[in-house]
Amino acid sequence: MTDYFWLIPFIPALSTLILVLFGQKLPKKYVSFQACFAVFASFAISVISFIGLLQTSHEHLPIIKNLFSWIHAGSFQADLALQLDPLSSIMTLVVTGVGFLIHVYSVGYMADDEGYTRYFTYLNLFTFAMLILVMGSNLVVMFVGWEGVGLCSYLLIGFWFDKHSAANAGKKAFIVNRIGDAAFLLGIFFIFTHIGSGEFSVINAAIGGGAITQGLATLIAILLFVGATGKSAQIPLYIWLPDAMEGPTPVSALIHAATMVTAGVYMVARMNVLFTFSGSANSLVAIIGAVTAVFAATMALTQNDIKRVLAYSTISQIGYMFIGCGVGAYAAGMFHLFTHAFFKSLLFLAAGSVIHALSGELNMQKMGGLRKYLPLTYPTFLIGAIAIAGIPFLSGFFSKDAILTSAYANGQYLVWALGIFCAVLTAFYMFRLIFLTFFGNERLEPEAKKHLHESPPAMTIPLVLLAFFSIVAGYVGLPVVVGKDLNFFGRFLEPVIHQAHEVHLSLGTEWMLILISIAVAVTGIFIAWVFYIKNPKIPKNIVARFPGLYKLLYNKYYVDEIYNTLFVNSTIKGSEIVYDHFDLKVIDGVVNGSAKTTNFFGKVLSYFQTGYIKDYALIFLLGVILLLGYLLF
Amino acid sequence: MEIPILSIVTFLPLAGALLFIFVNRDKENLLRYLALIISIATFIVSLYLYFNFNAQTPDPQFVEKGPWIGYGINYHIGIDGISLYLILLTTFLMPIVILSSWTYIQKRVKEYLIFMFLLQTGIVGVFVSLNLFLFYVFWEAMLIPMYFLIGIWGGKRKIYATVKFVLFTMLGSLLMLVAIFYLYNLFYKATGTYSLNIFDYYRMILNPSVQVWLFLAFGLAFAIKIPMFPFHTWLPDAHVEAPTGGSVVLAAVLLKLGAYGFLRFAFPMFPDALQKFLPILGVLCVIGIIYGGLMALIQKDVKSLVAYSSVSHMGLIMLAIFALNMEGIVGGIYQMLNHGLSTGALFLCVGILYERSHTRMIKDFGGVSKQMPIFSAFFMVCILSSVGLPGLNGFVGEILCLFGVFKANKILAILAVTTIILAAAYLLWMFQRVMQGPITNDRVRSFKDLNLREIIFLTPIVILMFWMGIYPQTFLRKMDVSVANLLNQVNRKEVIFTKVKKENNPPSYILMEKEIKKDSTAKEDKESQ
Repeated sequence: MTDYFWLIPFIPALSTLILVLFGQKLPKKYVSFQACFAVFASFAISVISFIGLLQTSHEHLPIIKNLFSWIHAGSFQADLALQLDPLSSIMTLVVTGVGFLIHVYSVGYMADDEGYTRYFTYLNLFTFAMLILVMGSNLVVMFVGWEGVGLCSYLLIGFWFDKHSAANAGKKAFIVNRIGDAAFLLGIFFIFTHIGSGEFSVINAAIGGGAITQGLATLIAILLFVGATGKSAQIPLYIWLPDAMEGPTPVSALIHAATMVTAGVYMVARMNVLFTFSGSANSLVAIIGAVTAVFAATMALTQNDIKRVLAYSTISQIGYMFIGCGVGAYAAGMFHLFTHAFFKSLLFLAAGSVIHALSGELNMQKMGGLRKYLPLTYPTFLIGAIAIAGIPFLSGFFSKDAILTSAYANGQYLVWALGIFCAVLTAFYMFRLIFLTFFGNERLEPEAKKHLHESPPAMTIPLVLLAFFSIVAGYVGLPVVVGKDLNFFGRFLEPVIHQAHEVHLSLGTEWMLILISIAVAVTGIFIAWVFYIKNPKIPKNIVARFPGLYKLLYNKYYVDEIYNTLFVNSTIKGSEIVYDHFDLKVIDGVVNGSAKTTNFFGKVLSYFQTGYIKDYALIFLLGVILLLGYLLF
Repeated sequence: MEIPILSIVTFLPLAGALLFIFVNRDKENLLRYLALIISIATFIVSLYLYFNFNAQTPDPQFVEKGPWIGYGINYHIGIDGISLYLILLTTFLMPIVILSSWTYIQKRVKEYLIFMFLLQTGIVGVFVSLNLFLFYVFWEAMLIPMYFLIGIWGGKRKIYATVKFVLFTMLGSLLMLVAIFYLYNLFYKATGTYSLNIFDYYRMILNPSVQVWLFLAFGLAFAIKIPMFPFHTWLPDAHVEAPTGGSVVLAAVLLKLGAYGFLRFAFPMFPDALQKFLPILGVLCVIGIIYGGLMALIQKDVKSLVAYSSVSHMGLIMLAIFALNMEGIVGGIYQMLNHGLSTGALFLCVGILYERSHTRMIKDFGGVSKQMPIFSAFFMVCILSSVGLPGLNGFVGEILCLFGVFKANKILAILAVTTIILAAAYLLWMFQRVMQGPITNDRVRSFKDLNLREIIFLTPIVILMFWMGIYPQTFLRKMDVSVANLLNQVNRKEVIFTKVKKENNPPSYILMEKEIKKDSTAKEDKESQ
C-alpha cells in the first residue's frame, strides 16, 4: 500500500505543468477542477500510504524511493529521493487534506479574479513544493522544497502585483527568507563535511555514533534553526509574515497559516536527534519560541486589520510549536502543528468569508454585528476561536496543553510561564476579534452593507469541514490524565522522534496544569467580553491612559522601521557612496588617469616628431653630447 | 582520413563570414537567414563533439595537429571535459544571438553578422587551442570584432566604452605575451627544441620565484577578462553601450575565457605560484561577490545592474575554482554555463524591453507585467535561474561552488553565502520596479507582448535551465575525469617541487620524464574509476 507514495508530490506537479503550458486556453471551470482534483488525488494516495504505514513494522522505516541521482560531484552526493515515515506521512495528510479544502474554497473566493488560472497554477506548484519539502529523504531535497515554497509564497503574496504594497510584501518575504536560507545552507555544508551525507537516516546514525562533537552539533543546529526562524516567522526574522497578508486570503490560510510557515517546526522535528544531542540549541529554540509567542501576541492586541490579527496569532502559535520542540517534546510540537493547521486555516478562511461578504473590507472597526448576516461563517469562526483559545474539548486545548505540560515537566518554568501568559493574550485577542466583528453595533460602510451576503457553498462547505476537524483533531492525542495510552499521535511518531528522557509528572500536577490553562483561557475571554461587549469604553480609556504603550504596540514595536534604517537604508546609502566615490572615482579615476597620462606623453613626444631631418639630427647630436658627457665625467 | 570535426566547429563561422563578403548588403533578410542557418549548422556539428566525447579519459580529444609557422608554432587543437561545454555554450547561443538581433540591428546588418561570426571563431579558437601561440592569436583576434560590435552598434558613450574595454584587455594580454616568450625561451634552453605545446609546459616544473612573475602576467590577463575586482569597471560600461547581441556574447562566453585561462594555463603551469596567491585571490573574489552585489543593488540602468551582477557571480565562480577541490571546480565550470545561460537570457530580456521602449532606466518602467504576461513569465524564470532557485540550473552550480569553497575555507564561504541574499535582493527589486506595480509611464501601455521570434529564441534557454537544474548528471559526468586530472596536475607538481626545493641551488626549471607522467596518469585513471 505504500508502493506509490512517491507519486504524492508529482500529481500536483503534473497539473502545474499542464496549467503553465495550456492554462490560458483551458476553460476556467476545467482549470479549477483539475487543480482541485490533483490535490485530492494526492490526498487519496497520502491516506492509502498512511494506512500502509500503520501496517509496516518499525524496522522497515523509513520507506525510501530513490528517483535518480541528482547532484554528484566529489564528496557532495545528493539524490532525488523521497521518504515515507510517520512524520512525513502526517505532513502529507495535512498538506494535501487542508490544501484540498482550501483549493475548493478558492474556487468560490477567486471566482471573479482575472488571474484565476495563474492563481491555481501557483497553488498547485506550492502543493508540489511543500510535499517535496516534507517528503525529501535528505537535506538537499528538503532544501529544494524549502526554497520552492518560498518562491510560491513570493508569487502568491505578490499575486495582485499591480498593487505596490503587494509587490513589495512578496519581495520582502523572499529576501527575509533568503537570510534564513543562507544559514540553513551553511548548516547543510557543515553536515556534509563532517558526516559526509545529507540523508536523514545517515545523519541520525552518525550523530548516534559520535561523529560530531556537542559543540559542533550546537553550531549546526543553530544554523538550521536560523533557517527555521525565517520560514516559520520567528524572532528575529518574523517581519515578513504580517505583510504577507497582502496575498489572497486562501493563500494566507494555506501557506501562511497551515503549511509553509510550519515548515521550520517540521525541520526541527525532523532533525530532532541533532537538536537533542546539542541540548543548548534546544534551549535556544524553546526560549525563542516562548519570547516570540508572547511578543507576537502583544502585537495582535491592538491591530484592527482582521487578517493581521490572525497573522500575529500565527507567529505566536508557531512559537508554541517551537516551545514544544525546544523542551524535547517534539511530538507535542508536531501535534500543535497538526491541530493548528485546521483551526488556523479555518480562522483565515472564515475571515476571508467575512471580507468577501463585505466586498473587501479588512478593518474590524468597520464591522460589528455581523452574526445575523453570516449564519454559517459566524459559528465556524467561533469554533476556530474557541479552539485556538484553549477551551477544553476542542483541538487547540489538547495540543497546547501537551506543550505546556512538557515545558513544566522539563523544569522550564520560565518558558511555561511565558506560555501561560501568552494563552491569556491569545484568548483575549481572539475574542476581541470575534466581538468586534460579529457583536456590538454595526459600523459598516454603506456600500459594503448593500452587498452583504453569506458566501457560496464552495466557501462554506470547507469552513464546516474545517470546523469539524478543529473540534475532533485533538482526540488523537489525549493527555495522560484521560487515559494512559490514548496519545495515538505521540505513539505514531515514536519511530522518528527519539525521546531522550521522558519526565513523568504526578497526576495531581497534571490536573493542576490543565486547570491553570483552562482558567487563563476563560480569563482572557472574560476580559475581552468586558472590554468589547459589557463596557466598550474601557479600551479607549486604556489607550488614553497609556498612549505611549498603545502606540508602541500599534506600530509593532517599530521593528520594521528599525530594520529598515539599520539594514536596508544603510546598505543602499553605503553602496551609493561607495559607487560614487570608489567605483567611479578611484578605480575609473586610475583608468582614465592612465589613459590621460599616456595621452599626455604621446602629445609631448609628438613634439619631437616634426618630420624634419634637421630636427632629428639636432636631437641625435644632443644625445651624443649627453652620452659623451656621461661617459667622460 | 578522419573528418576534422573540431576545425569545422571552429572555422565554419569564419567561412560564413567570408561567404557574406559576396552577398549584397541590401539583401538584409537573406543575410539574416543565412547567418541563422550557418550558426545552427555549427551548433549541430558541435553536438557531434558531445555525443562522441569519451568521458573516461583526461587526454585531449578530437585532436588535430599540423605544422604551421614552425619553431614550435603549430596548429594543435583538441578538447577535454572542461572546454567541451564552453564550446557548446558558444555554439548554442549564437543562433539565439542572431535571432535576437533580427530587428534590433537595423544598420550595417552585413558587417554586424560578419563580426559576430569572427567573434565566434575567435572564442571557440581559444577553447580548442593546445598551442600557446595559437591560443594567443585567437585571444587577441577576438578583441577586434568585439571592438567593432560595441564601437559601431553601441549606445551614446560607445567610444569611451570601447577604448576602455580595449585598453584594459590589451594591458593584460601584452604582459601575457611577454610571459609566453619567456617560457618559450626557457623551454628552448632546457631541451634544445622549440615548443609551444601546452602539454610540454605541463611537464616543465618552474622555480617558484619564476612562477610568481609568470603567474602574475597570465593571471592579470585572465583576471581582467573575468573581470575580477578591482579590474571590473570596464564591464558595466561595455555592457551598457554594447548592442544586445554583443552583451549576450560578452556576458555568456567572453567572461568565461578568463576563468578558462586560469584552468587551462595558469593552474597547471604555475601551481606553486597559485598556492602562494590563493589567499589574495580568495579575498579579491569575496570582495567581488559582495561588492558586485551591492553595486548591482543601486544601479539605475537595468543593463548595468545585470553587468554588476555578473561581477558578483563571476566572483563566486572564481572563488569556487580557487578552492582547488573537485566540488569547487566542477561547480565553477557548471556555474559558468549557468551564468552564460541566465545572464545571457537576462540581457536578451533587457534587449526586448529596450526594443519596445528605447530606454533601460528602471524608473521609466513599472507595471510591464500587465502588458506583457508571457514576457513576464520568461523574465521571472531567468531571474530565478540567476538567483539560484532549486529546480533551475543556477542552484546546482551555486550549491557546488559554495560547498567547494566551504571545504577549502569556512570564513570565505560564510562571506560568499551572502550572494544568495544579495542576488535575490537586487534582481527581485529590479523586477518589482520594472515589471510590477501600477503603470506609471504611458509608453508602457503600448508595449506588445513577445512575438513568435522572441518566444523561439527564449524557449531553448529556459528548457535548458530546467534540464540543467533537474538532471545535471547529463553534464556533470563528462567533466569529472578532466577536472580530476587537472587537480592531479596541480597537486603532483607540488610534490616534486618540494623535492627540488631541498637542493641547495634550485634551477629555474626541471623537466618531468614522460614515462613518469604516463605512469601516474594511468594510476589516476584507475583511481578515478
